[in-house]
Amino acid sequence: MNIVVPIKLVPDLVEELVIDANGARLDPTVLRLKLNEFDDHAIEQAILLKEKGAGQVTVVAPDVDGADDALYTAAAKGADRLIKLTGNWQSGVNNHALARAFANLVKTLRPEVILTGVQAHNDLDGAVGPQLAEHLGMPYVGYVSGVAVCDGKVEVRKEFPGGLIAEMEVVLPAVLGIQAAEKPPRYVPISKVRQTMKTAAIEKFPAAELEAGGAPTAIRLFQPPAGARAIMIEGDADAVATRLVEIFKERGVL
Amino acid sequence: MSQDIYVIIEHLRGQVADISYVMLAAARALANANGGKVIAVLLGHAVQPLASDLAADRVLYMEHPAFADFSSDAHQRALERLIKEHAPRAVLFGDTTMGGDVAPWLSAHLTLSLVSSCRALRVEDNALKFVSQICGGKLMAEGDLPGPTALVLMVPGGFKPEQGRSTQPPELTHIDAPALEDLRVTVKEYIEPAVGDVDIAREPVLVSIGRGIQNHDNVELAEELAKALGGVVCGSRPVIDQNWLPTTRLVGKSGKAVKPKLYLALGISGAPEHVEAIGDCEMIVAINTDTTAPIFDIAKYGAQIDMLDLLPVLTEQVAQAKG
Ligand SMILES: Cc1cc2nc3c(=O)[nH]c(=O)nc-3n(C[C@H](O)[C@H](O)[C@H](O)COP(=O)(O)OP(=O)(O)OC[C@H]3O[C@@H](n4cnc5c(N)ncnc54)[C@H](O)[C@@H]3O)c2cc1C
Ligand SMILES: Nc1ncnc2c1ncn2[C@@H]1O[C@H](COP(=O)(O)O)[C@@H](O)[C@H]1O
Repeated sequence: MNIVVPIKLVPDLVEELVIDANGARLDPTVLRLKLNEFDDHAIEQAILLKEKGAGQVTVVAPDVDGADDALYTAAAKGADRLIKLTGNWQSGVNNHALARAFANLVKTLRPEVILTGVQAHNDLDGAVGPQLAEHLGMPYVGYVSGVAVCDGKVEVRKEFPGGLIAEMEVVLPAVLGIQAAEKPPRYVPISKVRQTMKTAAIEKFPAAELEAGGAPTAIRLFQPPAGARAIMIEGDADAVATRLVEIFKERGVL
Repeated sequence: MSQDIYVIIEHLRGQVADISYVMLAAARALANANGGKVIAVLLGHAVQPLASDLAADRVLYMEHPAFADFSSDAHQRALERLIKEHAPRAVLFGDTTMGGDVAPWLSAHLTLSLVSSCRALRVEDNALKFVSQICGGKLMAEGDLPGPTALVLMVPGGFKPEQGRSTQPPELTHIDAPALEDLRVTVKEYIEPAVGDVDIAREPVLVSIGRGIQNHDNVELAEELAKALGGVVCGSRPVIDQNWLPTTRLVGKSGKAVKPKLYLALGISGAPEHVEAIGDCEMIVAINTDTTAPIFDIAKYGAQIDMLDLLPVLTEQVAQAKG
């Protein structure tokens, strides 16, 4: 079975987010990108499926900073094929353009199952997965936390609010938006990733003209206005603990 | 094209989701400003009574057995036609497990623009504007709501659900469903939420841990503090996804909403999916090494300090205070 995992790199939220002079996007010169957390779960779920039965896992990434790292790491975890979509990603890309670019490539791979991360924290124009599904004429189910394949169909666990789960049947080929893999994404040591870099090859596929139609334009980015910020307690652990105990007493918690 | 604002009513197992009322309130504010009407769209099977408290000028009710459970396939097909025929100014969906499966597909299919994570919509100089919250709550993005018809995925926070409820039943119009045979997505069964030893929604003191706890062994430190305080431990999604705490302890969009007297958030950044479930807490205290963490915007007290340093000290001082 052919499984394709299109991935996306997103701003690392641990870093300071700097808005560029135009105010419409993050300053690319100081931006550090990392693999979208939910894509990591999608890769894990793909490899779990591969381990349960025969299958080939192909991971596809846009050719941006950090893509090689993400792809080699996926290979070290068990992905078989790595593909980079080359094109002009510099101007910052929305999910509408990304989904169209993925669709052109994914068509040529003829997958039975496509796993995407259910969303990414910088999505402003909806998730990639359901758009990709439309371009490919496939059904889509997102917020998935479990996948089992059985003759021409998949059984998925879809999450609803409050912990309710629906067991659903989806006809293949299909696109699934992964919220959480059945097991926490595995860890691979850097040494193994380095080793993989020597043996694994990254193929290149040119993305056609990136079409952004369908995404909002004329955007202004800003930090949320500081509302009623927390009253900050200064000092070391002892000082903070002492003040917190006072507060707990005042509030009748203690 | 009309100036009407359509709201796709989200409901599950006989109950309208709060986000539906929030969207009706947002739609009303827009409609009042641009002269359109608020039209609620209810897709369902034998759920007509759910229309009775929707604050809309009209409810379009589409009845079909295929809507008894949520199938993205059925909803996509039904709404595709409706949106094309009516061409409203905007169509609001919940940015949820249901809306998120449908609106992006429709956007690609109908080549209509889509805005997600939308918190607020407003009219300014005769133009419709959106404000979305992205990057885990660290950034806002504002822009013109694209025309002629914009699809919008709404997150909670802009309005209170009460503002979208009405005591006067709205006018109801039945509309025909399209053919919905051979669905490619079907619900087989439901797995009810696990029932744990405690119900975090009812606990008065919650010690809540996030990714800052770093590993499974450290969870013990939080357990000890909770014990000293007479509370229980709960956590954010990454902690539950690592199996460090059972799913019954998940606070947030995919878990439970909580309302304790004290919510002690340790190593939690305050992502929107977490924050939407702690708005009713009486007091939030946040401990985080990052001063820009959005959790400090909603906490009453905060400290920029390593939670792993604080935990043992605080546990001891709490134990002493209790004598
Ligand atoms: C559909 C959907 C549903 C979701 N549902 C939920 C949900 O129900 N509940 C939920 O919580 N999330 C949910 N999420 C995930 C959510 O988007 C965030 O990813 C998540 O809330 C982040 O958890 P966190 O704050 O623990 O981790 P992070 O965002 O990684 O934050 C960790 C924080 O810990 C701080 N920190 C690190 N080390 C220390 C230390 N030693 N001492 C003090 N502070 C430290 C860091 O500064 C950082 O602020 C959902 C996401 C999606 C897409
Ligand atoms: N077949 C329909 N049944 C009910 N409402 C419709 C139908 N078609 C369009 N509408 C919407 O209902 C709104 C109010 O309609 P009216 O009050 O008849 O002008 C219109 O602006 C349309 O968006």
